[in-house]
Amino acid sequence: MNNGNAAGKGMTMTQKILADHAGLDRVEAGQLIKAKLDMVLGNDITAPVAVKEFRKIGLDRVFDKGKIAIVPDHFTPNKDIKSAEQVKYIREFAREMGIVNFFEVGQMGVEHALLPEKGLVVPGDLVIGADSHTCTYGALGAFSTGIGSTDMAAGMATGEAWFKVPEAMRFVLTGKPGKWVSGKDVILHIIGMIGVDGALYKSMEFTGDGLAEMSMDDRFSMANMAIEAGAKNGIFDVDEKTLAYVREHSTKPYKVYKADPDAVYSREYTIDLGTVKPTIAFPPLPDRARTIDKVGEVKIDQVVIGSCTNGRIEDMRVAATVLKGRKVHPDVRCIIIPATQKIWRQSMNEGLFEIFIEAGAAVSTPTCGPCLGGHMGILAKGERAVATTNRNFVGRMGHPESEVYLASPAIAAASAVAGRIASPEEL
Amino acid sequence: MKVKGNVIKYGDNVDTDVIIPARYLNTSEPSELAAHCMEDLDASFVKRVKKGDIMAAGRNFGCGSSREHAPIAIKASGISCIIAETFARIFYRNAINIGLPIIECPDAAKDIQEGNELEIDFDTGIIRNLTKNTSYKVEAFPEFMQKIIAADGLIGYIRQGL
Ligand code: SF4
Repeated sequence: MNNGNAAGKGMTMTQKILADHAGLDRVEAGQLIKAKLDMVLGNDITAPVAVKEFRKIGLDRVFDKGKIAIVPDHFTPNKDIKSAEQVKYIREFAREMGIVNFFEVGQMGVEHALLPEKGLVVPGDLVIGADSHTCTYGALGAFSTGIGSTDMAAGMATGEAWFKVPEAMRFVLTGKPGKWVSGKDVILHIIGMIGVDGALYKSMEFTGDGLAEMSMDDRFSMANMAIEAGAKNGIFDVDEKTLAYVREHSTKPYKVYKADPDAVYSREYTIDLGTVKPTIAFPPLPDRARTIDKVGEVKIDQVVIGSCTNGRIEDMRVAATVLKGRKVHPDVRCIIIPATQKIWRQSMNEGLFEIFIEAGAAVSTPTCGPCLGGHMGILAKGERAVATTNRNFVGRMGHPESEVYLASPAIAAASAVAGRIASPEEL
Repeated sequence: MKVKGNVIKYGDNVDTDVIIPARYLNTSEPSELAAHCMEDLDASFVKRVKKGDIMAAGRNFGCGSSREHAPIAIKASGISCIIAETFARIFYRNAINIGLPIIECPDAAKDIQEGNELEIDFDTGIIRNLTKNTSYKVEAFPEFMQKIIAADGLIGYIRQGL
């Protein structure tokens, strides 16, 4: 182990992006820098606090109307009067400041599925968001990290933020994943291996031949959960798949950064994707990982398929493949939430909803909803859910004595049918 | 600056969902948030916390969501400082940004027990455990963080620069 890159040594991908945005030739782990921001994000929970703080600064304009995104997605469509007031407050702010990327119900989606889809983040960008899962955009080869509301306020005012340059851990992916193994299983496997603070303050850089086997949706799902290992960011090498995604979704100029061959990593892990099994995180922490063969008999009351981790089109397709011609177990409520309007429409056009409804599942409009115990599927005392979300903390989806098991869409859908945690192979 | 108070102690991985559950996040009013602080982990916290008390914990305190409501709730409940072995980075940033003193000190965090009386001197970086008659030395904040703290948080710091 060491504490980062000694003078003269190469930089990691993250370090290069940070150096460029700070106007420096090189940076080193531990260095404090001030960097320019390409995008500042907030939602209906964090933006109201940020706007309050922004008002205290006394400015009548934001640094760049096009570089701020506000996405009311947590309690929307507004679940109660207080939530409606919060959204009204930020809507009025967005109008007053002329913020271009304010996404109303009907246009919105879960923020971390929405921003890449709208082309608002591209490779090489530096993004902060007042939401911990802002790290999702690392899938695109951008540096993105979660911050709080006061940092968001400062970012909106100045277009800059302070960072401590992180050291990095390197994850070399090799091989080819088996059937029913997705990015979600890989990241749950990794978090199970290194722990919920295994990457505290660090970058997780993903590279290797195995990347070619991971779709963009797999990568988004993996980068999304970097924070669940305590990481500052997760970041993927940019390849043809990334560039194809960017060309399809964005017209913004982008820049591809590569880690130097002599970049220094505090740890390196090689993961043969072929050996990863479907993995489930038991409550109450995402590192309580168990492979499907070690789960035992866990009866469930609810399944949630959605969120910024696994509410994308491939997730919907996998769920449909498993649910097709089958029925949700009579003791289970199965709630499916496509993460954005676009994914919703695509699912509809591909006939996936027909399969879901026929199976006895409920389909919701895009929202974070149950993921954070907000609305649309709260758990009662003693109830258990399998969810494709990213957190299974105490009380995360409702009553403090309810339980959340984190899994891939394939496992979640199979569990909905079986009434207990199960793999599609068992159906 | 000095603070003095009794310790309320928790374990590892105290996450922001237990510090302030999402069901209360439809407001950002500090006193309303404080009324539910720590509720899902320790329902007695709100009843027993006294102004000036010090929170101590193990590793990775404040992991999870970026909600600034978490340090706001703790601060509004009367806690004067948090000492932990390590903090999750967003929580750390948020606490500094809103002017809630926060100390990363594994030795102190491991040794301090529930109910101990502590006196913390932020200028010298000395934590004195009056109950056990021991003391712990803490590393000083980096200079730029000291400036943020001196300006009563990040917003004050930015206003100075405008
Ligand atoms: S889906 Fe869940 S984890 Fe993702 S932004 Fe919403 S509440 Fe947070």
